[in-house]
Amino acid sequence: MGFFLEVTIGGLLAGVLYSLVALGFVLIFKASGVFNFAQGTMVLFAALSLVRMMEVMPFWIAFPLACAIMIALAFVIERVVLRPLVNQEAIILFMATLGISFFLEGFGQAVWGSDIYTLNLGLPSGPTFILESVFDGGLLVEKLDIFAAIVAGALVTALAVFFQKTKVGLALRAVADDHQAAQSIGVPLNYIWLVVWSAAGIVALVAGMVWGAKLGVQFSIAFVALKALPVLILGGFTSVPGAIIGGLLIGLGEKLSEVYLGPVFGGGIENWFAYMLAMIFLMFRPQGLFGDRIIERV
Amino acid sequence: MLYRETGQFKTTYAADQAMFPIPQDRIGLWLILAIAFIGVPLIGSPYLFAGLLIPALILALAAIGLNILTGYCGQLSLGTGAFMAVGAYTAYNFVIRVPEMNLLLAFLLGGGMAALVGVLFGLPSLRIKGFYLAVATLAAQFFVDWVFIRIKWFVNYGSNASAPEPVLFGLALDTPVKKYLVVLAIVVIMALIAKNIVRGRVGRAWMAVRDMDIAAEIIGIRLLPTKLLAFAVSSFYCGVAGAMWGFLHLGAWEPLTFDINRSFQVLFMIIIGGLGSILGSFIGAGFISAVPILISLVPAALGVPISVATASHLESMIFGGLIIFFLIAEPNGIARLWQIGKEKLRLWPFPH
Repeated sequence: MGFFLEVTIGGLLAGVLYSLVALGFVLIFKASGVFNFAQGTMVLFAALSLVRMMEVMPFWIAFPLACAIMIALAFVIERVVLRPLVNQEAIILFMATLGISFFLEGFGQAVWGSDIYTLNLGLPSGPTFILESVFDGGLLVEKLDIFAAIVAGALVTALAVFFQKTKVGLALRAVADDHQAAQSIGVPLNYIWLVVWSAAGIVALVAGMVWGAKLGVQFSIAFVALKALPVLILGGFTSVPGAIIGGLLIGLGEKLSEVYLGPVFGGGIENWFAYMLAMIFLMFRPQGLFGDRIIERV
Repeated sequence: MLYRETGQFKTTYAADQAMFPIPQDRIGLWLILAIAFIGVPLIGSPYLFAGLLIPALILALAAIGLNILTGYCGQLSLGTGAFMAVGAYTAYNFVIRVPEMNLLLAFLLGGGMAALVGVLFGLPSLRIKGFYLAVATLAAQFFVDWVFIRIKWFVNYGSNASAPEPVLFGLALDTPVKKYLVVLAIVVIMALIAKNIVRGRVGRAWMAVRDMDIAAEIIGIRLLPTKLLAFAVSSFYCGVAGAMWGFLHLGAWEPLTFDINRSFQVLFMIIIGGLGSILGSFIGAGFISAVPILISLVPAALGVPISVATASHLESMIFGGLIIFFLIAEPNGIARLWQIGKEKLRLWPFPH
């Protein structure tokens, strides 16, 4: 029982990391209908910027600077890519973000270097035991994962406040509901997109910090972020709580399957389990757990 | 002046339905084929064949496959690498396990197995589309990667698949030129078949599904068989391409050869070359295969040698930039530019 709980907690905490990446996807998809394939690379780029700047300056300068870089990036993407492609089909926009992804991957590594960098945020890390009074010997958890969960919680709260209480948040929700209607009552679409991409950039930075502290800042972060796709399928493309719960479910499913099914299949099933789960899920509930119902009109 | 249809009257239905209705096009095609089959083998260096022409032609075949699915039928796929892998490993297993196996037959069987797998992973396409389907094909990609890494039977209990010297009808394909000719012949034949499929009834059904699936259903196209057929044909092409990639290009390969980067590479080919165009598949494949070579050659020629890492970063930047550029400037790729050029040429030098 103790072991099962340990795996469960480990899985849930790993899932938090997926949720962090998925959040960025959801933000952009909700507001602009763009499926941003570059989110993973944005995570890598943000983390690389932060870690390389921290080599020469303290964290409290490097972090705002990294935020500024991500906002500048959002500005460039909006100007150079999104604006000329306005009103194109969703699939064209998707492919454009694929282009962004590749460009950013090359650009980021060309500018910041392509080694593995350790990101030391001075956070507590290493395994620790909790609930020793309940279970014999307690449960083994990673301190850093708990920190990640706290960060994710804070981020989601901040986003929720931003969406619900501010004027920009209201405009964002209006755009998400209906582009044309929002535009006709005077919501500036370009500005909203800039805000959304900036927000997604900062979420990417936070995700990159947590991932980077855990794995080291390296190229594979961009690929781990692909795991956010099944998370979205499970949670629904348009729902922030969906991204969180989807991430937790994927993390949990992955760890449990690796531990209990892995020996049967010969290990390594973590790599595809999430995708398979998502694919089977798609057959029954394409809009995800919390997504808006997909309605098509001729 | 030279290139125009004026005065070319068609007197038979066959002429009206010809693949290349304009004689100049036909002459051009025969010329290109003659150069490719006779001219190039006479003058090309082994490096040209092994480094550029063979991989470009094989990837062109994979691009045709993906174009059938994505460009013609509108089903986005990120699993091209997986289907190529299935083709390659199936052909490999037939060749090493069945004595006296004919190489062409092995390729076809590889394609057939890839088609089966393609249909399996295409099943969700009835209910989902767009990005959702892309995720389903990603599932195929990662699952197939895993299968060929973990299940050692497929690689004959070695660390990677090492194909025996390819032999075709008793003739050993031991030089790049021979391999090139075989690849060229297979690619040309399959491209002609693809061209005829997409302009026939089946291809029109695919395009109707791509343009609007609900409308297509209303005019009596059955969605599931149509989409699954697209998956099958597309995967068959990818499978044959994968088998050729393993046997005629690499010789020995590891599962990573067909990982997700291969899928992206082929996808970029059809975006840059032209979605929904067989010609575009060739142009895109040639273009994408040539860029890395140019990146490695041009800076050195200019006297600014760059490191391998920089070159690979530069490569992804250039590909990413080009994709964005093409999507903005000409979403239908280079093939469309070519078409526009031809239209201009028809009127030249007297544009009304």
